[in-house]
Order: sequence, then C-alpha cells, then structure tokens
Amino acid sequence: MGDQGIGARVLRKEDKRFLTGKGRYTDDLKLPDMTHAVIVRSPLAHARIASLDVSEAAAAPGVVAVLTGKDMADDGVGGLPCGWFIANKDGSPMNEPPHPPLAADKVRHVGDQVAVVVAETKAQAKAAAAMVEVEYDELDAVVTADQALADGAALVHDEAPGNVVYDWEIGDKAATEEAFAKAAHTVSIDLVNQRLIPNAMEPRAYVGHYNPTEDNYTLYTTSQNPHLIRLLLSAFVMQIPEHKLRVVAPDVGGGFGSKIFHYAEEVIVTWASKKIGRPVKWTAERSESFMSDAHGRDHVSHAELALDADHHFIGLRVATKANLGAYLSTFSTSVPTYLYATLLAGCYKTPAIYAEVKSFFSNTVPVDAYRGAGRPEAAYLLERLVEKAAHELGVDRLELRRKNFIPAESFPYQTPVALAYDVGEYHATLEKALEAIEYAGYAQRRQASEAKGKLRGIGFSTFVEACGIAPSALAGAIGARAGLYESATVRVHPTGSVTVFTGTHSHGQGHETTFAQIVSDRLGVPIENVTIDHGDSANSSFGMGTYGSRSLAVGGSAIANALDKVVEKGRKIAAHLMEASVDDVDFEGGNYKVKGTDKETPFGAVAFTAYVPHNYPIEELEPGLEESAFYDPKNFTYPAGAHACEVEVDPETGQVEVVAIAAADDVGVIINPMIVEGQMHGGLAQGIGQALLERAVYDERGQLMTGSYMFYTMPRAADLPMFRVGNHVSACTHNPLGAKGVGEVGAIGVPPAVINAVVDALRPLGVTDIEMPATPSRVWQAIQDAKTANAAE
Amino acid sequence: MQTFNYHRPSSVADAVAALKAAEEGKLLGGGQSLIPVLKLDMAAPTDVISLADIAELKEIKQEGDTLVVGAAATHADVSASDVVRGHTPALAELAGAIGDPQVRHRGTLGGSVAHAAPAADYPAALIGLKATVQTDRRTIAADDFFQGLFETALEEDELIVAVHFPKAERSAYAKLASPASKYAVVGVMVAKHADGVRVAVTGASPRVFRVEAMEAALNASFAPEALDGITVDSEPLNSDLDGTAAYRAHMVGVMARRAVASASAVSG
Repeated sequence: MGDQGIGARVLRKEDKRFLTGKGRYTDDLKLPDMTHAVIVRSPLAHARIASLDVSEAAAAPGVVAVLTGKDMADDGVGGLPCGWFIANKDGSPMNEPPHPPLAADKVRHVGDQVAVVVAETKAQAKAAAAMVEVEYDELDAVVTADQALADGAALVHDEAPGNVVYDWEIGDKAATEEAFAKAAHTVSIDLVNQRLIPNAMEPRAYVGHYNPTEDNYTLYTTSQNPHLIRLLLSAFVMQIPEHKLRVVAPDVGGGFGSKIFHYAEEVIVTWASKKIGRPVKWTAERSESFMSDAHGRDHVSHAELALDADHHFIGLRVATKANLGAYLSTFSTSVPTYLYATLLAGCYKTPAIYAEVKSFFSNTVPVDAYRGAGRPEAAYLLERLVEKAAHELGVDRLELRRKNFIPAESFPYQTPVALAYDVGEYHATLEKALEAIEYAGYAQRRQASEAKGKLRGIGFSTFVEACGIAPSALAGAIGARAGLYESATVRVHPTGSVTVFTGTHSHGQGHETTFAQIVSDRLGVPIENVTIDHGDSANSSFGMGTYGSRSLAVGGSAIANALDKVVEKGRKIAAHLMEASVDDVDFEGGNYKVKGTDKETPFGAVAFTAYVPHNYPIEELEPGLEESAFYDPKNFTYPAGAHACEVEVDPETGQVEVVAIAAADDVGVIINPMIVEGQMHGGLAQGIGQALLERAVYDERGQLMTGSYMFYTMPRAADLPMFRVGNHVSACTHNPLGAKGVGEVGAIGVPPAVINAVVDALRPLGVTDIEMPATPSRVWQAIQDAKTANAAE
Repeated sequence: MQTFNYHRPSSVADAVAALKAAEEGKLLGGGQSLIPVLKLDMAAPTDVISLADIAELKEIKQEGDTLVVGAAATHADVSASDVVRGHTPALAELAGAIGDPQVRHRGTLGGSVAHAAPAADYPAALIGLKATVQTDRRTIAADDFFQGLFETALEEDELIVAVHFPKAERSAYAKLASPASKYAVVGVMVAKHADGVRVAVTGASPRVFRVEAMEAALNASFAPEALDGITVDSEPLNSDLDGTAAYRAHMVGVMARRAVASASAVSG
C-alpha cells in the first residue's frame, strides 16, 4: 500500500463527515432530561462582590438551580490547578493564588464567573441570568505591565505582592555581561508582542452528566487533551476517583491551544449535574469566547545583541515582562519561560545568552499557550533584532544570518539556554525560501511598485522551535507537573482490519488520516481498513493530548512502536504457520515471507490465526493481536525554517498588502504532504493575522475593547496572498518516524518576516520600527512621525 | 434574544398597519444590524415586521432620468444591476464594496439608510448624489434625512419605500474600509452635478457630512490636484481603534482625491 503509506498525498478520511456537516460536536449532544447552563459573568475588571442575590432568578420560569461560588466552596470543590511550577531567581516558589471556578468574594477580569443558572432551556437560563443581582464595589484595575508592576498598584491577588507571578532567569549572566563588555557593536530593540484572542471556529462547550445509580460522571468537552482534563478534574478539583469519571472529547472544531486548558465551566457543569441530578450543557456564545477563552502572547521585551568586530553574535541579553492575566491558566507559567527563553538561541551559535522574565497578574483574561506558545515571541524578538543589527552595521541581513547560523555539521548542538538541538540544516531552508520568493527579481519588482506609487519591502526570518514535548524527566526537572509521553494501542481485528487508540486528540489536524497512513505503511493494510479512535478516556490508554505540535512526533511514535510489536508477534505466528524459524521470516508489503523461499502468508491470515488459534503455538504465545506502547521522547524535536515576505505599502493610507509569502520549513519526515501544506497555510494565516490584523485591546479600566469581530480583525482569505510553501527534510534523529512537527511553524516564522518587510518598505522614509499589528493608521502614523523627525534634523 | 411577534406582510400598507398596531414594532430588512442587536438583547421589540415578502420594495428601475432603487433591494442586487450600472456606476461600486458577500446578499438599501450607522456607505451616496427618500407617506431630501448618530427624519411608524437618485454628470466613491468590520473608516462620494460638485463623507464623524472647501475647489476645477492643500478639521472627527481623528482627516483628503480621479476616468 505504498500509495497510502508514509509520504502519500491521500485525501483526509475525516473530511466526509466534516464537509457534509455530519461532525459530532459537543453542542450536538442531546441527553435525556438535559438542562442548560448560562454563566453570570462579571461586567467589571476588578471588584469585590458586595452582595449576590439569586432569589429572583431562582424563581424565574424553567429555572432548576442558581449556584454560586459559595455553594461550590461549601461542597468542597477546589480551585483550578496550574500545571507548571516555576521558581524565582532566588529559588523561591512562584506565587500561585487560588483559582476558584466560581468567584467567591472578588472578580478579577471582565468575564470572570460569578454564578451559574441552570434551566430547562437555554433561553430560560439566559433570561434568569439577567435577574441575578450582583452588587460590586469596583476596585482599581491593572491592565498593562507598567500598571501592574508599578509601586502601589492595585493587587489582583492579595497573595501575590506587586502582582508578580515570578521573576525568573535562564542562561549565564556573567558570561553574557562579559560578552557585552568586549563587544565591538551592540544593538538593542524594544518590542511588544501583542495579546491575541485565539478564536477557534467552534466555541467551547461542555456537558456534565452525573449518574446517581452508578455514582459516576461523564464530561463531554471541547478539549485537546481529555485524559489530562480527567486527571485534573478528578484528582485535583473535585476529588472524584478517576475510574468514576469518563471524559470524552468528540469532534472538536479547532483549538490552537485555547482548548488545552482546564476551564472553570468544565468543573461547573460536572458539579452542577450532580447537584441537580440531571445532565447540564453549557456552550459559549462568541462574545463569551472573547472574554473567557485563554488569550495568547502579551509580552513586552527589551533585547540587546553583542557582536564582535567580524559581526559574529557573541552575546544576547533579554528582559521580558509577560502578562498572565487574572489567574494562572493550566500551562500559562511555562509559556514565557521554558517555551520561550529556551528558544532565544534561534538558529544562531550565540555563545552567551541571558534572559530574565517577570510574569505578572493583571485584570485581564488569563493568557496561556496559543499556536506557537512562546516560540513566536522568541522568533519575533530575535529576527527583528537581527535585521536591525544588519541595518545598523550596514551589512547584508542574509549574510549576517548565514555567518551566525549553527552549521549543519555542528549537530548535535547544545545551546546556552538548555536545549540540545539534534539536527538542523538552516542554510538549506534559507536558500529554499529565497528561491521560492524569487529574490533575484526583487529589485525589479520594487521598481515596478515605485512606479505606481507604492513602497515595496522584503523581509526575512529564520527560526527553530522545540516541539514534541517532551522527555518526561526533563519536563519534570523544569517544573512540569505531568509526564509528557504518549500512549497507543493497536488492535488488529480477526479479519485484519485495525483500530488504533491514541491518547492524542484531533481537532482539525487530520490524525485519522495521518495515523492510518502509518498503520498502512507498517502493516500493509489500506487506510480504509483502519480506524483511529481518540478522545474518549474510556477507550484509550492515558495520554497527554495534542498541543505543541507533539501528536505525530510523540503520539505517532507510540503508534509506530505498538505497530512494531504487532509485526513481531505476527512474525512468530507466521513462522509457525509456515513451519519456519522466526529469524527467517521477513515482513514486507503486508506479507510474511520465508527468506530464500516463495513461501508467504498475508498479514490478514496471521491476524485471523491469532484470533482463531486452531493451528497456533499456544504453548509459547498468547492468542490475539493487540499491542500497546507508551513512548517517552528522548529529546524535543526541532522544526526550523526560513520565511520570506514581500509587502506593498500604500504611503498615503498606510495600508499594507502582503504580495508574496514563501515558507521553507524543515518539519522532519512528512507523512502526508497535503496535510502538512494545510497546516502551514493555517499557521501562516494566523501569523499574518498577528503581524497585520489581530490585537486584543483593553481600556484603562480593563474593559475589552475588541470583544467581537466588529473590532477584532480575524484574517480573511482576501487578506492573504497565495502561499508558496516548501519543505526541506532533515529527519529527527531520535524518534522512530523521523518526524518533527508542523502545527506551529507558520505562526512562529512569519510575523517577523512580515514586519521586517514593512520596515524595509518604509525605511527610505526614515521609519525604523513598527509595532504589531501594522494597521494602516499605525503605518501612516509612523510615516508622519518619521517626516517630523526628518524635518527636525 | 427575547420572544416577539413575527409578521411577514406582502404589501407596504399591511407593513405600516402592523407597525402602527405594534406596541414596539421594528421593521426587518436584511437584519444585518437588527438581528445582532436582538441577539445581544440590546433591543426587545414586541413585534418584528419582515419586509421580505413585499415585491414592490425590491424593484430597481429607471424613471426618466431618475434611478429608483427599492428599499428592500440588497447590496448585491444594487451591485449587480445593469440599470444601476447604466445610470450611476459609482452606486453599484459602492454597494459592491459594503461588508462582505454574506452581508451584501442580506443587507438592504432601506435598512442601511433607516439605521443611519455612522460608518455605513450608503449615506455618503445619498448625500453626494442628491437623492430623495420616498416613504409610505412623503418624500424627504437626503439632506434633511440624516440627522445624527443613528438618527433620521423618519417617524416611528414610517417605512422607506425607495430611494430616488438623479443622474449626476460624474461620480465615484472611494473608501478606506475597517480591516475588522469593513465599515468605512472614511468613505467619500464625489459627484459632479449640473449645479455643482458634492463631496460627502461617511465614517469619519458621527454623521455623514459635506466638505464645502473641496466642493468649491472642484467646482473651479474637477481634478484631483484641485484638492491639494485643502485640509479637513480633525477636531470633530472620530478616534478609535481604526485611527485617530488626524488620520481620518488626512484620509478624507486621500479618498476625495481618489474619488475625483476615478470619476474623471469614467462618465456618469
């Protein structure tokens, strides 16, 4: 089945149901006797709850129950845990205040949960929710780093003095200081990596179902990692024995990170279902998604690069302030630390790096991992800084990069910020990107743009990221409160068809096809005879889920290992059937063959024999053909790439048009090129969205000004050029598939390429910097400011 | 959304009767503004009266030199209409650049005009093109129709039947759209009439307005360069996420020049 195996461009098996509207999403679920929940949310960013009166709402038509934070506390329901511990510079623990699913005494952001109304219909619940009377004593809100970290700032949590979550560092400070002391040149930059709102197409939705006769619970959830949710909800929040809680994540319409985390509403519906003895459904309205899904990014950074006289990078110093919002979301603390600062070497052999990160609380929606999670922040910082260095030194920006790349022959390469890259060919991806963007013809295109009154610019970025999270021992050593292996069970049925149970979860990535291709490749069965089962804790072994581009590199590797076990067991059965020695039996193309003979037995016959063991080595071998594997990766994987972008700027209006994007990425061995291209397209769209369109804006009182699509600009097809995507493959050296991961490369690599292109276009006017998103009014303002500055000179 | 009585009359008279009879009635055109408002519970009418079944409201025709566009004609209808393109191509262009395809296939001329959103495109067309609004009981000059932010001269129970556009010598619309909403950050309709040029601006301030200095300059010379050096006072203009008042003031000039340039390139 080579036409369906690894490397084959087969159509996605799951698309029939998705494209015909037959997906099975959480909100589609209708359980007998089901009720509907509406959450009463805080309209204020920061306030004490002076009084809460639910009596009118409780008496409203159709209302079954109105429950508050006090009810929850009385029932002993705990707070939402943070999954990653970070130590301060001095070794003391981070500040980790409680995160109650329903606010008890105080609200900390617009959208914070205050009460839940459960009614027969959603309309009734919504009407009654408006009758819940809450009196607030409004407090001063803190929104930005400057506000939150100012002396005497209002405290989001009394337990966190100065609103500090942690003050953390990585790298060799002394060595870095020394590099700067002897530097021939230094370059510095101040950057904002703005807050984004993920906006998965399907809003979050949950159904809690308590069964009183069995005393067990089922939670249906729009989650990227149902097993993890089960662990957190059962062991940490509600103290439900794990075998009494089943968590199901059915079809999920996109996540981009925002559905990794354990959310308050998951607790609320599960707990409320037990309280009222009926299933409880909650589905977010879009405006609730804006104010309750974890946001992404929100860094303010200052960075300095030291170079020697030959323009080699000799030191990098970074100080970042990271806004984590009102509470610590599940993996929030890891994003600006181990997923960000460990990537500050990028593709470069900078020998000394020191970074310090101060994360803080604010009266905003919690911030957590969003497509790229820390790595886009690192790539943006480095690649803006490198282009600025090239400009200030008057050298070619591509030459400066090439000179400082870690050469392909230097791998494995230990960076000064903890990571050890296994393999990388950065020169190759850069050359491929230059070819794809047709760099040689750029000067001519620039002239053509000028002739029609437009400013054309070209920008580049190179990046490396860390995926396939993670070796559990390493993750544990740097604060993860979970292992990060993945599990798989391969169940071969008596007739030779296959069901694979995986602990990962597909919410748009096409796992049902990609994983089936691995099975097809290893066992020789057609992908039509393979079902990938994911998302139900009752079926699969415990798995860590899907995020950080880990599903193929870690989950796929677990599947590959389980398949190897199946093949080995089958070899013993086949040897018995063919009366040959096991060592003499090869497996290829779906057939077991005896070396040097024409004897062969198809895989299907072996499977049948395993389940109908009439003629079987029953003394030595158990019947059946089902194998499991847990795979704990030996290292992260390190996808890398080079992106190039050409823009045309209208100097009169400040409008930026992306006229060309080329992305040359090394994502390791590719299973399905079509799916890889699709992932790159999506990532590039989100990356361009960050560069030019998207931003979450709060006013000084903590009101979200961009709480709908009227004001928050999601990228549309018309905002994007045709993508030129290509791949250069250097296989991952330490997993059985050679795969690295592709989910996030676009979102990581492209923002600096776009902004570098915009700055390049505007440079003749004297503009040296522009903030993301480069909106028309910002670009226009930058042009005006440069004109004013030029006039003053 | 609160519950309401839903009506689907098939004549203007029945629609007006239903509106008069309602405790708090709302007319529903394409619903592009009303439905979101209802969903957010920012309005709770007792009665919603759909205009979808009134055939006469959808007509687009030319009567003598006048273009008559029915109130229930969608933006897509106007954009695609040969009658409109033959009479005032700028109006078809404007309609074709409203919102996105979904909005254009639901939203209607009458709905947009009655709603009088500050960044809607049509108000600039009505003022620039010297249109008149025909209702079930009278005609209102566009100049008198738009009175402020979401405010018009319409009475509580009055229904727009059509908008009448006289034929201008030349006209064009240029718009800088909000990247998020696609509403006009600044939209400028320039129209050269026998008795003078009109420059009507939408999106920049709480209500559509004319720029007399530009009109005077264009009356002297209908060319983009005629607008050089003419600035718009930014003080009364909007500042928001899409741009400061200063940006908008500058964009009025840019869009006006672009509209003049394209009006000069085509007749009608």
